[in-house]
Amino acid sequence: MTDLATRPAEVSALRRIDWPTMIRRYGAAAVLALLVIFNIIFTENFLDLRNILFVQLRQAAPTAIVALGMALVIATGGIDLSVGAVVALSGQVTAVFLLDGVPPLVALPIGILVGLAAGLFNGTLVSRFGIQPMIATLVLFTAGRGLAQVVTGGRIQTVNEPIVEFLGLGVIAGLPISVFSLIVITIAIIGVTRFTPAGTKLLAVGGNERAAGLVGIRTKWVKTMAYVVAGGLAGYVGLLELGRIQASDATNAGLNMELDAIAAVAVAGTTLAGGTFSPGRTIIGVLMLRLLQNTLVAHGIPREVAQIAQGLIIVAAIYLLRRSRDAR
Amino acid sequence: MTDPKTEGPLLQMRGVTKSFRGARALDDATMTVGRSQIRALIGQNGAGKSTLIKILTGVYRRDGGEVLLDGRPVDFRSTAEAQAGGVVTIYQEVNLVPKLSVAENIFLGRFPKRRGLVDWATMRAGARDALAKLSLDIDVTRPLGSYRVATQQMTAIARAVSLEARLLVLDEPTSSLAEREVETLFGVMRSLRDSGVSMVFVSHRMDELYEICEDVTVLRDGRTVAEEPLASLNQYELVSKMLGRAAEQVASGARAAARPRQQAEPVLAVSGAASAPRLKDASLAVYAGQVQGVAGLLGSGRSELLRSIFGADPLDGGTVVVSSDAAPIRTPREAIAARLAFLSEDRRAEGIVPHLSVRDNLTLALLPKLTRRGIVDRKRQKQIVTDYIARLGIKAQADQPIVELSGGNQQKVLLARWLATEPAVLLLDEPTRGIDVSAKAEILTLVDKLAADGMGVLLVSSELEEVVSACDDVTVLRDGVSVARVDVERLSEESLMAVMASGEAVPSADSAPNKDKSDD
Repeated sequence: MTDLATRPAEVSALRRIDWPTMIRRYGAAAVLALLVIFNIIFTENFLDLRNILFVQLRQAAPTAIVALGMALVIATGGIDLSVGAVVALSGQVTAVFLLDGVPPLVALPIGILVGLAAGLFNGTLVSRFGIQPMIATLVLFTAGRGLAQVVTGGRIQTVNEPIVEFLGLGVIAGLPISVFSLIVITIAIIGVTRFTPAGTKLLAVGGNERAAGLVGIRTKWVKTMAYVVAGGLAGYVGLLELGRIQASDATNAGLNMELDAIAAVAVAGTTLAGGTFSPGRTIIGVLMLRLLQNTLVAHGIPREVAQIAQGLIIVAAIYLLRRSRDAR
Repeated sequence: MTDPKTEGPLLQMRGVTKSFRGARALDDATMTVGRSQIRALIGQNGAGKSTLIKILTGVYRRDGGEVLLDGRPVDFRSTAEAQAGGVVTIYQEVNLVPKLSVAENIFLGRFPKRRGLVDWATMRAGARDALAKLSLDIDVTRPLGSYRVATQQMTAIARAVSLEARLLVLDEPTSSLAEREVETLFGVMRSLRDSGVSMVFVSHRMDELYEICEDVTVLRDGRTVAEEPLASLNQYELVSKMLGRAAEQVASGARAAARPRQQAEPVLAVSGAASAPRLKDASLAVYAGQVQGVAGLLGSGRSELLRSIFGADPLDGGTVVVSSDAAPIRTPREAIAARLAFLSEDRRAEGIVPHLSVRDNLTLALLPKLTRRGIVDRKRQKQIVTDYIARLGIKAQADQPIVELSGGNQQKVLLARWLATEPAVLLLDEPTRGIDVSAKAEILTLVDKLAADGMGVLLVSSELEEVVSACDDVTVLRDGVSVARVDVERLSEESLMAVMASGEAVPSADSAPNKDKSDD
C-alpha cells in the first residue's frame, strides 16, 4: 500500500547558497589550499620544485591511482577493501618472476593481469553472486596478502632490474613515473567517462540500479567492470611500489592503501551510497590528506596525533555529506 | 453514566487528520469498531488506510481528531504503548525476527526470567499454550523463518493473543497465503472474535471481506465515505464507494468510437501470461494506433502483467508476441530491442536516477543509439533533449539534476526517455500517479497523440475515469486473470466497476443498470 506519505516530495531548487553542499564539494580543495599557504609560509623549502614533485606528489600518486579505482567502485554503491592486498600481490608476483629471470616485458604485464583477475573475482562475487561488497572484497583483503607472502616465501629480496629501477626513479617529461602515470590515468578516466556511455551507465547503476536495469543497461556487467578497473589500477600501482622499494616486500607493500583511498574518496564528497563520481575531487582528497600528514609531522607533531587529525577530518566530511542536499 | 468498559464500541476514531509535508493524507477519517466485531477497512492506493492504521497503532501521531478506546481518549506515541493498550498489528510481511525461535518471537521484549536469567522452560510452555489456543501444534524451538508465511502469521497472532490484545489490526494478511491457509486464518479469526477480541481486517479481495467481516469502513482520499454493515452493500456498491463514483452519477466519458487500427495484426499479443505469485492467466492484444487499457483492483496483477511483458519480471507461462515476432523476451534489454517501452509506476524506485541531470536521465534508454564508434554524440543528445523539453513542455534546464523537478516534470522526462527510443508499443503503468492535475491532462493528451501517430499503447491505471476516457478497449483483470474485455461501445466507469467487482462481464440488472442496454 502506498500512502500520500510515501509519495515523492517535490524538491524545489534552492536559490540561496547551500553551505553544506558547497563545503562538501569544495571543502577538501579549500583545506588543501590552506595547507599549501601554511606550508609556503612556515615550511622551509616547501615551494622547491623538487620537494613538490619528488616528495609530496610522488608519495601521493600511488594512493591517488588506487583512489581513482576506489571512486569508480564506490560510484556503483560498492567498496573494495582488497586493493592494498592486490598492490602487494601484483608486486610480489612480478618480483618473483623477475628474480626467476623471466623477461620484464612478460613479468610486468603479468603484475597488471594479476590485478585485473583480482578485480574480476571481486566483481563476480558482488554482481553475480550478490555478496555484499565489503564481505566479498574482504576475501582478497586477507587472502591476497597471504598469497603474496606465500609467493615470496616471506623473504625480502632485492630486485636488480633496470626497468624496476626506472619505475621507481625514472623521469618522464620532467615528472616522476608515478606522477606521470597518475596524470595519464586521470586523463584516460575522465575521457572515458565523458565521451563514452560508460560514465553515464556507471552513475545510473550506482544511482538507481533498478531504473538502470529497466532501460537495458547490463548492471551486473557495469559493476563487474568497475571492480576490474580498480583491480587493474591496483595491479599497476603494485609495479610502481615494487619500483619504489626495489625489493619484494609482501608485508608492507600497499599496506593500508585501501583505507587511505576510501578516506580520500569520502573527504572528496563522494556519496558512499553510489551515484556520484569525481576523479578531480578524489585526487584533491588524496593530496589534502597526504599533505596534512606531512605538514603535521614536519612540524614536530607525532605521527599518531597526525592520524587522529586525519580521522577527525574524515568524520567531518561524512557529517557534511549527510547534511548536504545532493547526498541521497 | 454507564460503565464504558462494557457499553459502547471498543474503538472510536473521529475526525482524524494527518498531513505529511503539506500533503494531506487523512482528512476527517472516522472508524468505529464494536466489541467482538470484525471490521473491514478498504480503500484504494493512497486513500489513507495505512496512515489510519499507523495512527491507531502509534507509528504516527495524528494532527487532529480523537481516538477513544473503551470510551477513554488515547494517544499512543509508539507501537509499544499501543500494545500495552491492547492494540496490536499483524502485517502482511510478518515483522518478527526470522532467525529467532518461535517461542522467542512470541515473548520478544518480555522474556520470562528467573533470578535475572531467561527462563527457557516457562517461555517454551507459554509459547505452546499461546499456539494451542489457535489449534496450532508446532516445534516452538525452531527458528520462525523456517516455517511457512501462514505459520509465521499465526505466530504473530499468538503473540498478540498472549499480549492480551483486544484489538487486532490485520493488514493484508491473506495476500501471501494459499486458499486453504486463508480458511485456517479465518477460523482463527472467528474463534478470536467469539472470545471477545475485535479485529480490523484489510484486504483487497472482495470475496474475503464478505466472508469474514460484519461491517465495513471505506476510505477515499483521506476521508471515511462509508461505515456500514456489509450486508447492506453489494460488491458493486462497495467498489463504487471505494472508487468514488456513485452508480447514478456516472457520466460516460468514453470515446464516441474506437480509434482506427492501423494494422490488422496486433502489434502486441499476450496470451495466458502468468507470473508468480499474482498473475495467473492474462490475455490481451494491443493494436497500432490504439490505446488498450487494463483495469483491475489493487492486487489484481495489473502491474505484474506489464512487468512480465517487458521482461522485468519472469514470465512463468503464456506467450508474448511483439510485431508478429514470437522470440521470447527475457530481459528489459530484449524488450527494448523488440521496440517495447515501459514506464514503471514507481517513479522514484524505478525511474529517475536522482544524481543525474535531466539530459542524462532523458537519454538513458537511448544511449546505445547515441553512440557512434564508442563515443556519445553529445551534439545529437543535446538536440534530442532540447526537442523533448519543448515538445512535452518540461519545465527544467537540461543540466539540472532531475530530483529538483516537480513530480509532473519528472514524469514527463521519463516519458520522453521512452519516446526517444521510438517504441512500437508503449507500456504505461499508472502514468499519472502522484502528479498535479495539469500535468496529468498533458500526459493524457500526449498519449492520445501518440496513438494517433501510430503507436500501440497499453495503459494501466487505477483511476477509472482515466481508463474510460483514454482507451479504445479495456481488459479487466481480477485476481490475476483477465476476466473480460470491455469495448468502447460498452465502456464506462460503471461497466468496468461491475466487472471488477463480480468478475462477470455483464452486471446484473438490479445492481448496475447498464446505460447501453436501456438505450436499446
